Amino acid sequence: MDAVISQLFAGLSLGSVLLLAALGLALTFGQMGVINMAHGEFMMAGAYTAFAVQKVVSDAGVSLLVSLVVGFVVGGLLGLILEITLISRMYSRPLDTLLVTFGVALVLQQLARDVFGAPNVDVRAPQWLSGAVQILGVGVPKTRVFILALSILCVVALSLVLKLTPLGRRIRATVQNRDLAETSGVSTRATDRLTFFIGSGVAGVAGVALTLLGSIGPTLGTNYIVDAFLVVVVGGIGQLKGAVIAAFALGLLQATIEYSSTASLAKVLVFVIIVAFLQVRPQGIVSVRTRSLA
Amino acid sequence: MSVGLTGCGSKTDDTPGAAGTGGSAGASCVDTSGDSIKIGFLNSLSGTMAISEQTVRDSLDMAADEINAAGGVLGKKLTVVAEDGASEPTVFAEKAEKLITSDCVAAVFGGWTSSSRKAMLPVFEGHDSLLFYPVQYEGLEASKNIFYTGATTNQQIIPAMDYLKEQGKKKVFLVGSDYVFPRTANKEIIAYAKANGIEIVGEEYAPLGHTDFATIVNKLKGSGADAVFNTLNGDSNVAFFKEYKNAGMSADAMPVVSVSIAEEEVGGIGVDNVEGQLTAWNYYQTVDSPANKKFVADFKAKYGDDRVTSDPMEAAYTSLYLWKGMVEKAKSFAVPDIQAAAGGVSFEAPEGTVTVNGDNHHIAKTALIGKIAADGLIYTEWSSDGPIEPDPFLKGYDWAAGLS
Repeated sequence: MDAVISQLFAGLSLGSVLLLAALGLALTFGQMGVINMAHGEFMMAGAYTAFAVQKVVSDAGVSLLVSLVVGFVVGGLLGLILEITLISRMYSRPLDTLLVTFGVALVLQQLARDVFGAPNVDVRAPQWLSGAVQILGVGVPKTRVFILALSILCVVALSLVLKLTPLGRRIRATVQNRDLAETSGVSTRATDRLTFFIGSGVAGVAGVALTLLGSIGPTLGTNYIVDAFLVVVVGGIGQLKGAVIAAFALGLLQATIEYSSTASLAKVLVFVIIVAFLQVRPQGIVSVRTRSLA
Repeated sequence: MSVGLTGCGSKTDDTPGAAGTGGSAGASCVDTSGDSIKIGFLNSLSGTMAISEQTVRDSLDMAADEINAAGGVLGKKLTVVAEDGASEPTVFAEKAEKLITSDCVAAVFGGWTSSSRKAMLPVFEGHDSLLFYPVQYEGLEASKNIFYTGATTNQQIIPAMDYLKEQGKKKVFLVGSDYVFPRTANKEIIAYAKANGIEIVGEEYAPLGHTDFATIVNKLKGSGADAVFNTLNGDSNVAFFKEYKNAGMSADAMPVVSVSIAEEEVGGIGVDNVEGQLTAWNYYQTVDSPANKKFVADFKAKYGDDRVTSDPMEAAYTSLYLWKGMVEKAKSFAVPDIQAAAGGVSFEAPEGTVTVNGDNHHIAKTALIGKIAADGLIYTEWSSDGPIEPDPFLKGYDWAAGLS
């Protein structure tokens, strides 16, 4: 029984990591349709932000909280620069965007290598996140509980922004029907830039959180980018709800299969299941129906 | 094979690895007439392996400088031709070919991954040239054209198991990356365990680059293991040790023995996460010998005080001196002469005295089990009784019959 509960948490936790990695992408890819291969590098930038902040603020707990904010800004600004300089020029050429952002990803990786050195760096976890906490009789690492909470917080915050604020309304309007939004006086350009800022910022936050779990190096982002795209594609384009369901479903699936077989096999089987699922439901779990003619 | 005094590039005989060292003349196009001799360094300076291989290149450069400052080899100064293997086995093979046939180097030093070595092996055998390979590996190989200056399994993995057995560990959990080295090593560990009354309570492989170890650590927790044997590679170690620590396990109750974490990697994993854990190597920066004190001091003077020295770096440094010893014993740069003279050549290396085995071209070296300390360095906890003779095919172990 303990093993079942442990694995349930392992799956939820893996799901929350996937969700955090995919959330920003659900905005930029899901809402705007931009295939941003540098999304993983924005996470990497967030992780290095945590490293840099810890150099200044030596208390690990304070530096983590500061990093979450600074990481959001750093990721967001990187995204904004990318949007203004490159992506805005190729909204009608999605395949070119893919290549260009992949190039940007490589440039950012090399930049990280030159600035911070090729070897991995270490970010100390705060004392209050070390060790395990007892939940339903099993020990769960506190870092994982923290990331689970953080990902839920991010989802709630993002959906509130999308649902309740004028900005959110503009974003949704632009996604559903760009031309109509424009004729109604919405500045779609400004909306695009802000959406990209927020999406990339969330990637930065994810990067900061991931320093609690894994390695911090120039290639951190490449470990997550494929999974992040999978979550968005399976979840369905254009809705955060889909990404949330998909992330937790994939996390639980991976953890369950891995427990009864091996990590490599689980990865393969999850891919097979995703391919089969997309055959039946190519639009993903949740899809937006619009009256747009596009 | 015997090759006459042929000009550069005119050699067409490509029979791989034929026996016999009849000819007395040099191989292919190596020019021994001047007052310098060319050697090749082939390490990855770009790609994923660059992090590790750059450190090996640094110590090779230092050894070459030292040898030149002391008058060279047989009165000839070393001229280094440096190449980048780019972390790609095929590039390693191409660059090795180039170093041998167009740069005409007397020997090549480098390689790291087993796949890079396997890719270069036919090139060196085909041209009857020499490769000095400085990294511990999975054994089961002995080419007359390669000198293996890192540990083979009976100098690293088996001593680590001996240590665990001595410590009274009865249940061992195996965790490794999913590729050739961990799978081969674990096959040997399982055979050893069977013969020595140790139970293997789990065997888990993670894909290279795997970042989520919650499930594997859950399995580990439920396995009742009293020790873990870790053959994970690269970044996965970070995720594994963070998970291990956060799940509330400790090195005291369930130590993890790692075979691919050296001084260089400890910083990136975070000392907090691995303090007290064990490693199995043949060299640590803290080895207490005059040769090592000089090696560490010189290295820090050359490359900076914040740099550390590790096992593969030391093995690379040693490999250049062993080649020098072989050449001086043979009084010749010719490959057949070096092969004939190699057996018994020894060097006062930073790790201690090492001696070349003339039959399998590995070197006898002392196994050291170390413990990672709070200062990020590794201190020797246990050492084998003197240097262990290399046995790449594990012929000297009854339980190993049927492996390979």
